[in-house]
Amino acid sequence: MTHLLDVQDLVVKFRLRSGDLTALNGINFTLNPGERMGLVGESGAGKSVAGFSIINLISKPGFIASGRVLFEGEEISAYPLEQMRDIRGNRISMIFQDPMMTLNPVLTIGTQMVETIMAHNKVSVTHAREIALEKLSKVYISSPGKRLGQYPHELSGGMRQRVVIAISLLTNPSLIIADEPTTALDVTIQAEVMALLLELCRDDNMGLILITHDLGVVSQVTEKIAVMYAGRIVEQGPTEAIVSAPRHPYTQGLIKALPQGGGGGGRLHQIPGMMPNLTSIPPGCAFHPRCEHAMDICRRETPQLFGDGQTPGLVACHLYAQTR
Amino acid sequence: MNLWKRFRGSYFLYSFLHDPVAMGSFIVLALLALSAFGAPLIAPHNPYDTTTIDIMDSEIPPVWMDNADAKFLLGTDAQGRDMLSTMLYGMRISLIIGIGATFLQALIGIVLGLVAGYKGGRIDSFLMRMADVQLSFSTLMVAIFLSAIFQAIFGVAAFESMAVPFLVLVIGIAEWPQYARTVRASVLAEKKKEYVEAARVVGLPSARIMWRHILPNTMSPILVLSTVQVAHAIMSEAALSFLGLGMPITKPSLGSLINSGFDYIFSGSWWITMFPGFLLVLLILVINLLGDWVQDVLNPKLYKG
Amino acid sequence: MKAHTTEPLVSITNLVKHFDISGGFLDRISFAGGLPSLTTTTVKAINGVSLDIRQGEILSVVGESGCGKSTLGRTVLGLYPPTSGKIAFRDMRIDNLSAQDMLPYRRRMQMVFQDPYASLNPRMTVRQILEEPTRFHFPDLSTSQVQDKVAEVMRQVGVDPAWAGRFPHEFSGGQRQRISIARALMVDPEFIVADEPISALDVSIQAQILNLIMDCQERFGLTYMFITHDLSVVEHISTRVAVMYLGTLCELADKKNLYGDPQHPYSRALLSAIPRLGTKGFSHIRLKGEVPTPINLPTGCVFHTRCPHVNERCRNEIPKLLGRPNGSQAACHALEEGRI
Repeated sequence: MTHLLDVQDLVVKFRLRSGDLTALNGINFTLNPGERMGLVGESGAGKSVAGFSIINLISKPGFIASGRVLFEGEEISAYPLEQMRDIRGNRISMIFQDPMMTLNPVLTIGTQMVETIMAHNKVSVTHAREIALEKLSKVYISSPGKRLGQYPHELSGGMRQRVVIAISLLTNPSLIIADEPTTALDVTIQAEVMALLLELCRDDNMGLILITHDLGVVSQVTEKIAVMYAGRIVEQGPTEAIVSAPRHPYTQGLIKALPQGGGGGGRLHQIPGMMPNLTSIPPGCAFHPRCEHAMDICRRETPQLFGDGQTPGLVACHLYAQTR
Repeated sequence: MNLWKRFRGSYFLYSFLHDPVAMGSFIVLALLALSAFGAPLIAPHNPYDTTTIDIMDSEIPPVWMDNADAKFLLGTDAQGRDMLSTMLYGMRISLIIGIGATFLQALIGIVLGLVAGYKGGRIDSFLMRMADVQLSFSTLMVAIFLSAIFQAIFGVAAFESMAVPFLVLVIGIAEWPQYARTVRASVLAEKKKEYVEAARVVGLPSARIMWRHILPNTMSPILVLSTVQVAHAIMSEAALSFLGLGMPITKPSLGSLINSGFDYIFSGSWWITMFPGFLLVLLILVINLLGDWVQDVLNPKLYKG
Repeated sequence: MKAHTTEPLVSITNLVKHFDISGGFLDRISFAGGLPSLTTTTVKAINGVSLDIRQGEILSVVGESGCGKSTLGRTVLGLYPPTSGKIAFRDMRIDNLSAQDMLPYRRRMQMVFQDPYASLNPRMTVRQILEEPTRFHFPDLSTSQVQDKVAEVMRQVGVDPAWAGRFPHEFSGGQRQRISIARALMVDPEFIVADEPISALDVSIQAQILNLIMDCQERFGLTYMFITHDLSVVEHISTRVAVMYLGTLCELADKKNLYGDPQHPYSRALLSAIPRLGTKGFSHIRLKGEVPTPINLPTGCVFHTRCPHVNERCRNEIPKLLGRPNGSQAACHALEEGRI
């Protein structure tokens, strides 16, 4: 079976006046059709860069330095811009944190949806409108006919994000990349939007890459997780396994730092220090200055992702290399 | 020392050193300003000293033409003054008036803009309507009107001695709304930021919040505007002097020099008008080019067309 | 006077705050029924909130965007004058004081802001930022005393005092938030309003700042009003929680009561929507429709347009905050009538 998405050794660099900066340092993962994956990390971990580089949307001065991205068996990372454009927004859709990145404020919802459909399919305007109506009702937008005539600013934040999801569904994509889709929304609306996304993915067997810092949301929606730190994946595996028994010290720290239900108001576990700047990533394991288990080897050698064959998932940490 | 180190590592300096137009403009402007303010030292003649001026030397062409005199590099004007020296002294007056007027504009505009933006409400409406009224008179109209009144009351002789402060005042008053509007707009933006609220939570009086906290954060647009306004003020002064309402011919600015030579342009003495004209264009051009660069550096978000 | 845990430090009584957003004269002219008339548009941000903040507690105010929680904090601190109602600090009414009379209270009540990038003046060094409030409120201190205090407070919040000469942009978001807390601590306050102090920070940094906030409470006996939308944080740090919706207090309860046994239908919906680690899928209570605009408030209970238990009385009569058997207070007719 071919994977829906197969990312191999992806390296993304940024060309700056002081030299090249490595934002993504050899990312590997696969996604099966209909599989939902969470890409988790703090700001600066490179999770958004990873999402953007899959569809080659890295803007200057960033560029893909090496590695391949295979989508349904095609090597899309080698595609020229024209061909890429055909895949983007057609077979792969993207949802951003800010709905206004997708929506044009001076055009009505209807115009934007019809345009999107007609750009990728040869259909009449009336047929395109029908498709738009169908997708709007699919995301539970009340009176979709009325919404088609409205402008983005007339809708509330949650409604806008639902319209964006409806737009991303227009071309029946097989993969959706959602970059912090609910970060700007309130909790009740976040729950609604995420539940909707989950339902749609299940119904149409769509793949989902959910880029977020919120482990709670990820554990509700996804089947597997990749945790990123300073441009690398430090741990990946099935969601339950990672959430209930994280192995990488960073993942452990991240989960322990979350205020969890029933907390008696005591001190929270805190990871000392902060994520290194991309310009000054420490040698060896990038996490070692903040890690309580740091050993000599951690300062010298960068650990690679590996599995031990017993526990599901992969981890990039020297702690587990000893038992190998 | 710390400040110097910060400056050396700053983006400001970096972008300056990587922009040949900005560097070129800056060098030309620096040379012009230096020679203008150093005029008494470097000018070969003193155009203000009537004893050194001989009417017999009038309208001598520049050295590369026939009938030239090696003493006068760029020739002489109708009164026998050395063109080069007169232009240097004239540029000095133009720069003094331009900078002085801009300072006055900035002073009035910043204070009123700050108060209008921070206090809001009726004070804001009142000050901004005042600015609108002021802007609906053109600078020239105000200046013509006021200088006519001034000359009628105090006489032409008094006007000649008071010309520089008078022009500073007229151009300064006519253009303050530019500053007031710019400052008010950025105060409105800054006022919403949380550091201002933090200062209010501390209980600082509004005057202190305005001056110590908000004003330093509105400096970028003020700096950008200032370059434009200096160029503008120099041009206004030149226009007034050209119309005969500005600097008298005994203490000419670039504008009055252009004007004085205008009568002779068809009798063949083109240099009396053309040289100061070129100098004025060059001066305005380099200031504007430098202003464009400052704007690019300080507003990186600005769309570069 | 005895310090007692149930003694109110700050009392808010029937607080109302409306903002006039009508704009200029020309914007206000409307033609109703053929005749020109002046209309006023007001945002009803807070509508009659009564609340005591007890000495030494962390009272969290939660609610979704637009519920008036930030306005409440700012009005309590006197950043906005209240439209009506009373605010008292240790039984002394402070909402109607002149700027001069307010000064001693300014020192005792401080604020920590949400955006660590906007809350520090970019043109001032950290030393200037920290010295200013101290010099202003303690003019008798000598220069060296002020400097000692800056160094001491910087150490307390975990920022190296050697960095005092730097500008805010040279620090990371977490460090800036520490500096922001340091500025509040510089004047030895008793009460701090923290307006979403961690929502702009990364998860691992959030824990650091939350710990710092709790440490300060312990060390200086501070009382907090903690404004946030993050319900899992609230569960961790608060003593009591106030749930707000559209400028109204829905429920006021001890943390345990609220999370174990939420009363108000809105609190129930809100709590069910918290993303929990290790739960699959969603089981949140779906609310119909959207939050109405605070310009045109619904009549009666502000929540009635979305409430699953609405009846005629809810549409007409504003519910009062009443005690519940479990010790919580909630404003709901359905609860009062025993319908839910």
